[in-house]
Order: sequence, then structure tokens, then C-alpha cells
Amino acid sequence: MNNGSIVSLVDVQKTYRTGEMEVHAVRGVSIEIRRGEFVALMGASGSGKSTLMNILGCLDRPTTGHYILDGADVSGLDRDRLADIRNRKIGFVFQNFNLLGRTSARENVELPLVYSAQRLTNAEFRERADRVLASVGLAGREDHYPSQLSGGQQQRVAIARALINQPEVLLADEPTGNLDSRTSVEIITIFQQLNERGITVIMVTHEPDIAAYAKRNVMMRDGVILDDHLVSQPTNAASQLQHQHAPPP
Amino acid sequence: MRVAPTFNVALRALRRNKLRSVLTALGIIIGVGAVIAMVGIGNGAKAQVEAQIASLGQNVILIFSGSTTSSGIRTGWGGAGTLRIEDAEAIRREVPGVIGVSEEVVSTTQVAAGNQNWFTRIYGESPDYFDIRQWPLADGAPFTWQDVRSANKVCVIGSTTATQIYGNENPIGQILRIKEVPFTITGVLTPKGLSTQGVDQDDIVIMPYTSAMKRVIGGTNLRNINVQIADPQQLEAAQQQIISLLRQRHNIRPGRDDDFTVRNQQEIAQAATATSRVMTLLLGAIAGVSLLVGGIGIMNIMLVSVTERTREIGVRMAVGARGNDILTQFLIEAVTLSSVGGLIGIICGIGASKVLSAYANWPTLISISSIAIAFLFSAAVGIFFGFYPARKAAALDPIEALRYE
Repeated sequence: MNNGSIVSLVDVQKTYRTGEMEVHAVRGVSIEIRRGEFVALMGASGSGKSTLMNILGCLDRPTTGHYILDGADVSGLDRDRLADIRNRKIGFVFQNFNLLGRTSARENVELPLVYSAQRLTNAEFRERADRVLASVGLAGREDHYPSQLSGGQQQRVAIARALINQPEVLLADEPTGNLDSRTSVEIITIFQQLNERGITVIMVTHEPDIAAYAKRNVMMRDGVILDDHLVSQPTNAASQLQHQHAPPP
Repeated sequence: MRVAPTFNVALRALRRNKLRSVLTALGIIIGVGAVIAMVGIGNGAKAQVEAQIASLGQNVILIFSGSTTSSGIRTGWGGAGTLRIEDAEAIRREVPGVIGVSEEVVSTTQVAAGNQNWFTRIYGESPDYFDIRQWPLADGAPFTWQDVRSANKVCVIGSTTATQIYGNENPIGQILRIKEVPFTITGVLTPKGLSTQGVDQDDIVIMPYTSAMKRVIGGTNLRNINVQIADPQQLEAAQQQIISLLRQRHNIRPGRDDDFTVRNQQEIAQAATATSRVMTLLLGAIAGVSLLVGGIGIMNIMLVSVTERTREIGVRMAVGARGNDILTQFLIEAVTLSSVGGLIGIICGIGASKVLSAYANWPTLISISSIAIAFLFSAAVGIFFGFYPARKAAALDPIEALRYE
């Protein structure tokens, strides 16, 4: 199974029970995502893409089926094991950034290190956080609070937080949903750059424009995969920015 | 998980809501402060009572004359006049282990010297009295057995009486007129302070009991006899022997009640310390309730905090916090609140009892153990009342917590 695939779902189903009703959010999804892919997961609300994302992010467990992440079956792990997997292998980027308020950018980025098994000194915490912040273009803003940053900058802090533990997979849930179109392109630029450096990116979006930046589009409806195709010519966000003669971010 | 960063997170969360943290800790501050101050007052009172009991003398047995009923009026202890000088001599002679006996008669009267006069208590005693009560003289000498045999007009006075009549003058060798009888003062006693009943023990004139009976009070009966025993082990036995000796001497048939009462100092001490122990417990319990209320305050604010920070908990879980990490974080917050409150409370409690000592003249005694117990108890309150909110936080579902608005 470990033929270069980082994520492998085998007939995954997820059923919620609300009272007497059973809701089949995911009805049998099998998918392989290889190392270095940039996947856009699309679908209308209620299509099951959020549930699938939660399973991919180890926030939730499939009711039946298997989830093999980086060669290990994680579908039966308990809460604590899943927390460790999230810490080591997964980076999350959310639509609403989910930064801790009244906490500096640096401390937000350091957060995953607090729960890491690695033994680091405070200086190492700081040094790593500052390096990752600089890599997303936020050098000099380490001590700013989220309220002092623009939406785009907040999302960059969130990306830095997702990257600090050098995850296998970057999961982005509508990362541009709260941003204007220009800032969206800037954020996508970062994703594309990270992807070029070999990080696997899985991004949920319902906007076809945004999905066009990914290398592969997966469309869901009613809890199953409707369509799964490679994008022949993904849009290059960086050159698009230059084309607009916009000042650099 | 690392403890130090979690600790930092907890401290930062507390600092972020300064006023709220202070108000929450205030409950604990008041609770712990009250415990420290109240137990301090109770222990101080207990220590004072114990000191006063000890000042009665060691291994002392008190024999009081019985009461009598005359025309339906009962006189109370000492009224019947059943104790005689011969009884005291018999005790001295026949009861083993006795090292001191003092025949006691008591009266109050006006005393005068020069143009000063003073109303005070007159005690007739034997020279053993000063040893029995462990009451040394500050100046001069006590009267002697010779003075007792001759009923000499000599006396020893307490420090209050000395000041009231002679002021700064030295009373030794001066003449004190008691019921117009001139007595020579041979000594002044060291101050003993107030008794358990609040009587000034230094407001006193002590003279040979023979002199008191013949020249001041009149009568031939003793109010009571003070007996001192060498060994505390012998106290019970000596007490029994005194009872049977006196029954025999007073011709009391078996089955009839004694015409005297015997008490020993241990019984008196037990009764007095039992009272103060109850007081300490009661004060401690009241203070404990306020500590409990403080704990409920912590629980309340922690529950609010968990709800407010549901999203934060979700984010922490998403980036890899285990349930235990979240639990620890909130527990540290609660325990920090309660133990910092406890420390401040200890300082306030000590301060309050010092103020009470200084202004209200209440004796207070703060022991290291009561401080340690108060501190540990406040930390325990934090753990106990912080646990439920912390567990609630730890049990949150990360997906729902992230979605929480």
C-alpha cells in the first residue's frame, strides 16, 4: 500500500446517529493521494466533504473502512493516539483562521510544539517559530496580536502554525473563504510554493476558481466521490499576481 | 506534553482576566484568612487557659468545705465550715506523697496605710502556699511556720495592692492596717495576671491562716485546703485517701454524702481546655465554610472559562493536545487561583490575628502546622473544584469545539 501514497482511504463510511435518524454522511469513499499532490476537494454543502476532511485530519474516525496515513492504519486509534498523529503528521488551516486571541503570532505558531514529544528549549521554540513565520512572509510581525493583523496575515500565521511540526499533509478547509480575491491568490501562492517543496496539500473548497490552482480535483456529492480528475494546466498563482502588476505581498 | 509551557498558558489565561482572577481568588483569600485567624484566636485562648491552669500549681488537689442548708438557704461550697485545721494536719501527717498543704481562709476587706486605702482580698495560707501555686516573691521574704504558730501580724502583698497603696514606694517593712490591726509587710509577690475568670490575681494580701482567723476574719473553720502531691501518678490515689481520711474524721457513715468536695487540677484543666477546644473547632468550622464557598466560586468561574474558551480548546486539540493536556491546563489554572489565594489568605490571616492581638487584646497563636494545613487545604480546594470543569474541557469533541461560536 505504501507505493508513494501518503493518504489511502478504503471504503470509508461515516454514519451519524441523531436520535432515531441515521445520517450517512460518507457512504463508501476510496481514494489514494500520493506524496506531493495538491488536491482540491469540492462539493456542495451536505456533500460529505467536511466529514471526509475531519476523517482525513484524524479529528474523527470512520464508522467502517480503513484510513492508512503514511503507511499506518489510523482508523481504529483512540483519542490520545489521534491527537499525537495530528501533532506530528497533519497541519490544519481553517476558513476562520482559528488563531488564539490576545496571543502573539509567534506564540500561536509555537502552539503545536507545546504538545510535541520533542524536547526543545524556549529559545528553540522561538527560533523555529520565527523561521516559519519568515517563510510565509511575516518576518517582523512575530509580536503582533491577531487583532493587529489583516485577514491575509492571520491566515499566514495559521499556515505557519500548520507547518511548524513539518507535517506530512497540509489540510486546508476553505482557506480563502474569508478573504478577498487578491488575498486569496496570495494565500494560494503560498500553498503552491509549499507543494513545490514536496508537501502534500488537501484543500476543501466550493469555488471552481480556487480549485483550478490544484493539480487534482475531487468532486463529492451525497457522500460519494462523483468525479476525480487531474488538472491538466493548474493556474499559477504567483505569475497571476505578477501579471496583475501588483506590488509584492 | 511539557509542563512548563502548559503552566505558562495557565498563568497567561489568569493574567488575561485580571479582575476576574482576583475576585475569584478573593473567595479563597477570605476563606483561608478566616481559617488562620479563627484557629489562631482559638489556639491563643486555649494556650492562655492552659497557662492559667498551670499557674494554679502542679499536681494540686483542692478540698472544699461542704455546703449547708440553713432555713432552706443553701450556702454553696465552703459554707458549712466542715473543714478544720486538724483535718489539714491529718492530711499532712497521713497521706503519702504529700509535699505541701495550705490551709486557706478567704475574706475581703478595706486595708489602709498612711492616707491611702484599698478594698482587697485577704487570703490566710500556710507558707507552703507559695510553692503550691508556684508563686515566687518579687521582693522580700514570705512568712514562716513560726509566724503561723504565733499568729504574727505579718503579710505578703500582691503587686496590684502594692501599687495601689504604696505607689512607687517600697512596701517591704511598712505597716498595713487591716481592720485596724497593723500588719508588717514582709514581701511583694511577682505579678500573676488575670485568672480564667478575669479576676486580678495580684490584688491580694496573703498572711498566715492563723493570723487571718484570729485577727481579721474570725472563726475556726477553713474554706478549703490546698494539697500538693509529689508525683502526678499518685494524684488519684492521694485523692482517694484524702476522701476516706476526711470521711473517717467527719464520722460520715457509708452511703451518706461527703460534707466536702475534692477536685484535682487535672479535672479543672480538662474542663477548661475542653471548652476552648470546642471554641477552636467551631471557629475553624465557620471559617471552613467560607473556604468552601470560595471553592465553589472557583468552580463557577472555571466553568465559565471553559465555555468561553471552547474554540481555543478545539484549536489546541486540532494541533495535537491530548485530553490530559487540556485537563492539566485547566487544573493548573484552578490550583494556581486557589493556592495563590491561599498564600495571600495566610498573610491576611496572620495580619488579622496580629491586629486582633494588638487592638482587642485577644491572645492569638498561629502555628506552622495550621499554616501548612491551610495552604494544602486551599490547593486541595483548587483540585477538587477545578476537576469537574477541567474534565469537561478535556472531554470536548474537537470538531464541535472548533465549530463553537
